[in-house]
Amino acid sequence: MHIVVCVKQVPNTTQVRIHPETHTLVRDGVESVMNPFDENALEMALQLKESHPDTVITVLTMGPSQAEAVLREAVGRGADKVMLLSDKALAGSDTWATSYALSQAIRTMSPRPDLVLFGKQAIDGDTAQVGPSVATWLALPCITCAFGLEVADGRAKVKRSFEDGYEILEVALPCALTVVKEANVPRMASLRGKMAAKKLVIEPTTAEMIGADPANIGLLASPTRVVSILSPPARSSGVKWQGEEPADMARKLVEELRQRKLI
Amino acid sequence: MALQIDLDLCTGCGACVAVCPFCALTQRPSDGKVEVNEACTACGACIEVCPVGALSLPEPTSPAAAGQSETHRGLWVFAEQRGGQLQDVTFELLGKGGELARELGVEVGAVLLGHQVDACVGPLFEHGADVVYVVDHPALAAYTAEPYAEAMSALIKKHRPEIVLAGATSIGRSFIARVAIEATAGLTADCTELAVDPENRCLIQTRPAFGGNILAAILCPNHRPQMATVRPKVFPQPAPVEGRTGRRVDEQVELKDPVVRVLETVDAMQHEVNVAGAEFIVAGGRGVGGPEQFKLLAELAEALGGAAVGASRAAVDAGWISSFHQVGQTGKTVRPKVYIACGISGQIQHLVGMNSSDTIIAINKDPDAPIFEVADIGIVGDLFVVVPELVKALRKAQ
Repeated sequence: MHIVVCVKQVPNTTQVRIHPETHTLVRDGVESVMNPFDENALEMALQLKESHPDTVITVLTMGPSQAEAVLREAVGRGADKVMLLSDKALAGSDTWATSYALSQAIRTMSPRPDLVLFGKQAIDGDTAQVGPSVATWLALPCITCAFGLEVADGRAKVKRSFEDGYEILEVALPCALTVVKEANVPRMASLRGKMAAKKLVIEPTTAEMIGADPANIGLLASPTRVVSILSPPARSSGVKWQGEEPADMARKLVEELRQRKLI
Repeated sequence: MALQIDLDLCTGCGACVAVCPFCALTQRPSDGKVEVNEACTACGACIEVCPVGALSLPEPTSPAAAGQSETHRGLWVFAEQRGGQLQDVTFELLGKGGELARELGVEVGAVLLGHQVDACVGPLFEHGADVVYVVDHPALAAYTAEPYAEAMSALIKKHRPEIVLAGATSIGRSFIARVAIEATAGLTADCTELAVDPENRCLIQTRPAFGGNILAAILCPNHRPQMATVRPKVFPQPAPVEGRTGRRVDEQVELKDPVVRVLETVDAMQHEVNVAGAEFIVAGGRGVGGPEQFKLLAELAEALGGAAVGASRAAVDAGWISSFHQVGQTGKTVRPKVYIACGISGQIQHLVGMNSSDTIIAINKDPDAPIFEVADIGIVGDLFVVVPELVKALRKAQ
């Protein structure tokens, strides 16, 4: 079985802050990490490989040259092959153009994958669109928000999470899945894996090498355009009680809620 | 190439490097002038800060999309139903969509996909739809992304709407991305604000990014339709107008058999109140400390007459409560009358999911916790003391 896992390098958004005066992002000291949901997708592939030892896992990322760090991380955890899709012509791609480029990259892989896995969404863009979009370019079915996967006899049985429950679905391979964090607990890189990762030579793959139509990539091919970046409107705070007896504050709160006709 | 840099104008001041959210700009060691790398997403943040106007973005021109803004008319809302039950977000979108459609001088269409879903048609008219397009097909009986996308794409091709809105729900987000590829349309995810420019008929889509730290305004200048998913609960539901009706259009669409088969549907929330639609929410964060302690919050929820229990990502990640309860950027967006945050520090990722609540009450022992900056009433104190007192006071008040 051949599994392709698409991963993205993202800034750790929990460390990002807004500068109180300039209202711009303060990213000093913010580390770049593998998108957390992509870690779950990779882990899903690695666990599948444990039960299907003939599996080959290829990890694909698109980004600047420094994005190779997430590929090394993936190899450290047990991925077999990597592809770094990196080309200035791809800059400014929205989800439409990004998904086209990734699908072209996957088309060049041999053998064609049986499974293409993605994280549910990336924590910087939060669109959740790239997974199902790549699947569409490749004419594959896609199940989003997957947290359980069993593969047998060329079919996948998938648990798919909803707002208030889940479904058990069945689909023939090949197919694509986007994975949520409930799926598993991602492993750390092994010592042996880290050695392999260190030795790995990663040559960037260009847009031309994947046969991408220049009319479908980069900023100019992207239907959507970010026209401005704003700071979220601040909600003003009300009263703050401190230093009083908890019982008194509790009574005051109930009284306040009554006056506001909330209870 | 995305960002254009006029090196003759660039003074090497570095102002743009500091504001780039994506670390896409660097200064050349030789002369300090700026270079752009592949991480550029063309967000434009740098253009505004450049004091000499050395940065610009090329105007997007797409021959494929040329003239589409003239040939596409009308605003559509995807009428999401689950098991024949229309989802609230559909009504929210009909309300907002109606405002936008009036500005553009067009009709609001609702697209109802399913099998034997006639009962849904009336409520769509009553909540503002002028036209309801119905595709009734056995392949649409149980939701799977592929036939839903196929049906929607076929309708878009036939009727050419200029705007298509869907809820940013599990269903909406999973199939609409397929439609955007099939229709070569721009798609903006998870919007929290929508407006239109009647001049160029562009939909101005605002959405949080970077974990809610910034808001990005997004346009789709050339391609039609302009598609967006919208977070549930960010727009109010319009009051239904009883007896309001409109045009029903039944569409025959040929669909392939579903490739994904639904074997079983499990309702995980059957004994619990769902945070997504709740009027009262008691939510816990890292300060709650463990799964057992969440029972204290459940008690408070009960004392409030059946509130839902919510949680921050920290509590969910720690495994104290299931992710169905998670509120925030990667969880649910809520808009209750009262939100009581217990032991939640108030990271931006959490705040974006709850800061449109009518009344926010925060209980936290750290007086400097950011949650107090958005709270209407803040109580500095130990939640393990304050919450039981609150339960007592509520019970006494009844």
